[in-house]
Amino acid sequence: MDNIDILLQAPILNVQLLLDGLMIGAIFALAAYGLALVWGVMNVKNLAQGDFVIAGGYIGYALAQAGIHPILALPIAFVVMFGFGWLLYKWVISRVVDRDLFASLLATFGIAIVLQQVLNLIFGPEVRTAESGLETLSFAGGLVTVAEIKLLSFVLAGILAASIIVFMKRSRMGQAIRATAQNARAARVLGIDTERVYAFTFALNAAICGAAGVLVVMIWVIQPYFGIVYAVRAFIIVVAAGLGNMPGVIVAGLLLGAAEQFSGFILGAEFQVASVVGMLLAVLVWRQMQQARLRQALQ
Amino acid sequence: MMHQAMKLGLLAGAGALLATSALAKVEGDTIWLGSAISLTGKYATNGVHTQRGYELAAKKVNDMGGIEIDGKKYKIAIKYYDDESTPARGAQLAERLIKQDGFKYMLGPYSSGLTKAIAPVTEKYRIPMVEAEGASRSLFTQGYRYLFGIISTSEQYLGSAVDLAAEMAEKGGGKASDVKVAMAFENDPFSLDVRAGVLDDAKRHGMKVVIDDKLPRDLNDMSATLTKVKALRPDLLLVSGHSKGAATAARQIKELQIDVPMIAMTHCESADVIGKFGKEATNGFLCPTQWAETMSYKGPYFGSAGDFDKAFKATHPEYTSVPYQSAQAAAAVLVWADAFKRANSLDPEKLRDTLTTTDLTTFYGRVKFDDTGKNIAKPMALRQIQDGMLNVVAPSAFASHPVEHPRKAMY
Repeated sequence: MDNIDILLQAPILNVQLLLDGLMIGAIFALAAYGLALVWGVMNVKNLAQGDFVIAGGYIGYALAQAGIHPILALPIAFVVMFGFGWLLYKWVISRVVDRDLFASLLATFGIAIVLQQVLNLIFGPEVRTAESGLETLSFAGGLVTVAEIKLLSFVLAGILAASIIVFMKRSRMGQAIRATAQNARAARVLGIDTERVYAFTFALNAAICGAAGVLVVMIWVIQPYFGIVYAVRAFIIVVAAGLGNMPGVIVAGLLLGAAEQFSGFILGAEFQVASVVGMLLAVLVWRQMQQARLRQALQ
Repeated sequence: MMHQAMKLGLLAGAGALLATSALAKVEGDTIWLGSAISLTGKYATNGVHTQRGYELAAKKVNDMGGIEIDGKKYKIAIKYYDDESTPARGAQLAERLIKQDGFKYMLGPYSSGLTKAIAPVTEKYRIPMVEAEGASRSLFTQGYRYLFGIISTSEQYLGSAVDLAAEMAEKGGGKASDVKVAMAFENDPFSLDVRAGVLDDAKRHGMKVVIDDKLPRDLNDMSATLTKVKALRPDLLLVSGHSKGAATAARQIKELQIDVPMIAMTHCESADVIGKFGKEATNGFLCPTQWAETMSYKGPYFGSAGDFDKAFKATHPEYTSVPYQSAQAAAAVLVWADAFKRANSLDPEKLRDTLTTTDLTTFYGRVKFDDTGKNIAKPMALRQIQDGMLNVVAPSAFASHPVEHPRKAMY
């Protein structure tokens, strides 16, 4: 518990951990948002979520190699991954969307493996990264540092999330998506082309992941087999927030980022992920107890 | 009748095999060494580096008159089988080389994993194997008698950095036991070997370990650990986590503006941290290496490390720098040549005993095996990133540049 002492003696370090956590959490939240969308609308649990993020990262890396600034690569990756997601829906997902749970799990797991291998064939197994060329801001005599790229990513993630929320609320397609999520059959009866809604939703998810990937390649490093990091976090966030709770996904994402930083500091890096999964378990148990109480009231 | 004919045929076949195997180890004036090597699969690049090292050394030995045994001159030749980078295939091929083809002298494959798979086979048939590409400590804790490794094992990778920190502390008027060490090691067999070595060395100097984080394999972020480094201000920061760990650490050390007088990490080179994050931010990093062409080692056959570098580039002009995998492979062949000469015999058992008393200075460093078969005479070298160049700074006897301490990073 020496590490807690450090945090008490140098409270400024809490600021560092919190800032890092929130900025990391924003990117996890993006990936989780896409997952929640696909899960909620199509009831497909996309195991390839993390690999979409990595694929977006490689688009950013490839464009950076070609001389395009990685920040400008973000909209390009968004569009490319949207097209990729659409094709993937037509080829694979449309065949499993109405089937049982295992069909979609197997299909997306297969997509994940193929995607990893293809990325490995094209880019090789080396660790890649793209430099944004931005500096680091330093406060409190260097005790708190904020990489400008993380700050920028946080803002970009915020803008992206906000525009998706507005899109879902205001646009015809957004309304159609929400209608389909509530009741696909009723939506079909009312003349909504649910097939198109599904394709659009899946493509939008891939696009969001692609954008997140470009942020990842500028902040961390990528490698073809690195998707699992983002897939696991996205699932934890969506489960903790509860299905259909979109604002909850964003809050849970930010909290997860911060919780990871603090547990990594206090318990050590080896418990960073374990403690987050432990917290998820606690949330699930707590929710179960709440619901049990509700059931009793009904009786 | 048919059956009998088949049996006869089989017998004849087996007889032919036996006849060739008697010849295979030494044919006329040629001594054959056998090796399973990764020419395809995930280790193909390094497997080919290894093969080129073996070939270059064999050619050098032959060009310089070969080996004289009992008044007769012999040449060296090497037979390779492609193990496809898979351990099971490697073990199978070693079995084939020894049992079917009759090889009595072996050179190692590429990687610790393959060596681990092949060592039990050579041990079973009592065939000595000199390996140059397996660094895992666990290779030398099994009690193998016929395995000889010439590279520094994994627990020595960051040991020189600990010694260097002690040396610097004493030079600055302090005590080695005042040094505070922070460690961030990945939770995988290689890095845990490295960690075990560091813990031993730190204990020997009486140093205090203030951070000992084990990074999970799928961890993408080290900022929590590095924030701790900021708070506790250690004198030495050690990182080991393959290329991924080195790249993540270098990036976040830059972002968090970590100001530690000495930072050492494995895999700086394969992660290309200088190219990725610039020479300013990575300035002063210490990177362990088995060998560098600028080191002042010298020995028979090739001359100095620099001469080996030239000889290799003359044979393979496509290389801009010589991979250390090739250098250590070449050294393994020289160890065999030396053993043949001193044993003055072709008997594997006698050669095995002669190998145990090896004390050879080569362009790759000194080779002398301990009871477990690992080379204890060659230290791990440390290179420091100085203005974008990797300069050898330790051990001081073979250094080309003085160490820059404390490191001067420009974030």
